[in-house]
Amino acid sequence: MSDGWNIGLWLAIIVSGVYHGVNPGMGWPLAVAAGLMERRQSALLAALGPLAAGHFLAMTVILLPFGMLTALQYWSHEIRLVAALIVIGVGVFLFAYRRHPRVLARIPPSQIGLWSFAIAIAHGAGLMLVPMYLGLCTTKPSSMLDHDAAMSVVTNNLGLAVLVSAAHALAMIGAGGVAAWLTYRYFGLQVLSKAWINLDALWAGSLIAVGVVAVAGSL
Amino acid sequence: MVQRPDPTFHASPKLASEAPPEKFAYTLLLSGDFSKPDALAIVDVDPASAQYGKIVHTVTMPNKGDEFHHFGWNACSSALSPLSGHAFIERRYLIIPGLRSSRLYIIDTKPHPTQAKIHKIIEPEEIFHKTGYSRPHTVHCGPDGIYVSTLGGAGPDGTDGPPGIFILDCETFDVLGRWEIDRGPQLLHYDFWWNLPRDYMVSSEWGLPPQFENGIVPEDLLANKYGHHIHFWNLRARRNVQTIDLGANHQMALEVRPAHDPAREYGFLGVVVDTTNLEGSIWTWWREGSEFRIEKTATIPAEPADPELLPPLLKGFGAVPPLVTDIDLSLDDKFLYVACWGTGELRQYDVTEPRKPKLVGSVHAGGIARRTPRPDGTPWAGGPQMLEISRDGKRVYVTNSLYSTWDDQFYPEGVPGALAIVNVNPAGGIAFDKTFHVEVPEGYRTHQVRLEGGDCSTDSFCYSSA
Repeated sequence: MSDGWNIGLWLAIIVSGVYHGVNPGMGWPLAVAAGLMERRQSALLAALGPLAAGHFLAMTVILLPFGMLTALQYWSHEIRLVAALIVIGVGVFLFAYRRHPRVLARIPPSQIGLWSFAIAIAHGAGLMLVPMYLGLCTTKPSSMLDHDAAMSVVTNNLGLAVLVSAAHALAMIGAGGVAAWLTYRYFGLQVLSKAWINLDALWAGSLIAVGVVAVAGSL
Repeated sequence: MVQRPDPTFHASPKLASEAPPEKFAYTLLLSGDFSKPDALAIVDVDPASAQYGKIVHTVTMPNKGDEFHHFGWNACSSALSPLSGHAFIERRYLIIPGLRSSRLYIIDTKPHPTQAKIHKIIEPEEIFHKTGYSRPHTVHCGPDGIYVSTLGGAGPDGTDGPPGIFILDCETFDVLGRWEIDRGPQLLHYDFWWNLPRDYMVSSEWGLPPQFENGIVPEDLLANKYGHHIHFWNLRARRNVQTIDLGANHQMALEVRPAHDPAREYGFLGVVVDTTNLEGSIWTWWREGSEFRIEKTATIPAEPADPELLPPLLKGFGAVPPLVTDIDLSLDDKFLYVACWGTGELRQYDVTEPRKPKLVGSVHAGGIARRTPRPDGTPWAGGPQMLEISRDGKRVYVTNSLYSTWDDQFYPEGVPGALAIVNVNPAGGIAFDKTFHVEVPEGYRTHQVRLEGGDCSTDSFCYSSA
């Protein structure tokens, strides 16, 4: 794989982080609400912590199993193809079924971290990263790795999963934090009802697009 | 699926109060003797309109004997909840419960209020079957569905098991089932409301169907058998966390009105009558840490009256109880309005200090003994009953009927429907609007009012106005 390809993938991970961050559905309005409820900016900042942690955890939980699978070098092509199809499938499902899962509304406002984790899983935000992540898992084209070599591939790729999750979550909370702070400090709450665009269809479309690109890349 | 939030959804109470004023009022008309089907009247309330004060459209139901009581929207500002992010539904449907029939009507108010029509009817059997509850009463739009409180449990007279709340899907209107997981000591129901970000609900008590359907039961009242508890719930966990007994003499704890600004953790409760002295009372509850507290913060005494002027029920007392049947809080949490249906008075309290309500305004209309006419000289039967405050706080909409059989007991000469507007002085003080006069069709009584664009007694907010 060329360096340019790798840079492109990292860029995609960061850009998708920014995209997740500015989407009100991923939680920055919660930080605004916290700031307003306690009438101080520090409450807004404090809410960003659990939002970031929940998102990071959701990414990691999705990526780690794929990190383990990378030991199956022989099947790496098929793994990528299946992962891409899963992403497309979730995108199609979210496009067809626009209802929000009721279980999310049952999470108390005090558990922002858990909510952030659950919403990222439910929206397929973690899955969106899988094709990019698998693209970064550089594999030597060998089907007969010995045990130690396989272990080292797995370890490296697990580390990479954490790194991808962290980079993505950082970009996500940076963008979301700025959106929250601008709303709290300058724009006011009108932004919520005036500028909140329904991203549901776009979101589902993004998942499908990422999957299609991955399928095309692995063919 | 809409692409932008409904323009009538507002993040904070302050933004809602700054929104354009209502042009139409939705009013429930009920046939007190059940000879006609109940109806929904749409009244033009735009002072600039040539139709001002006229019923411009009526949706008449296909059944008789529903007894419409409290109704509400399928969706409101709570849809902007940062937790559910479900901002792309519309405030479009009115959910009207038939308190006597246990039937629910879903009325579509789009594309225009004057074209409102029945969208769906949920028959009582479905509610009985899916919830085990009956007598649906109060409707609140929540961020994850429509919550409907009930006054009856299962069985023909609604006494097989306690009443509670059930949830309705806000898009398909499917009955989803019971809300309660652990009701604790709650066995009676009336009103409920919540603080969404603080995650608690408050509920109150009237009585079981045999205690109200055929009229007030004097023996039960004098034996203090009507509701006198207030319940606090963990909203997400759906568990009763605290129940406070107001004292058995405080009969019928009805409307609960939490502060609209969710940063303010207090609210009000109206108690209809104290059986020791017939007074009505206002209570203020608040939260201290995880504990809720409540105290009586205002009382309204009974008025002595000539027994000749009193219905049989009250003759022996020689006095008229104020009967606090509704209270409503303005969106800025400044004024609490109190309907004294017995004495025919509408009171305005300044509740800037929630535990020290200050009486700052009063108007009279009707009343069991006073029988005050309106300022234009036309009679007003019954008293001020259901209240709805405009979002900007400048007008209070008032109707006059309580409940068919109770109307007949307290006002045996009848309660022809009325709808009036009371204008509010922002510094305190209220007066009837002399230019607004609705001709309610013969044989109909008026109950609750909902306003185009949202209400002070239905919308709930997830962001503080700060």
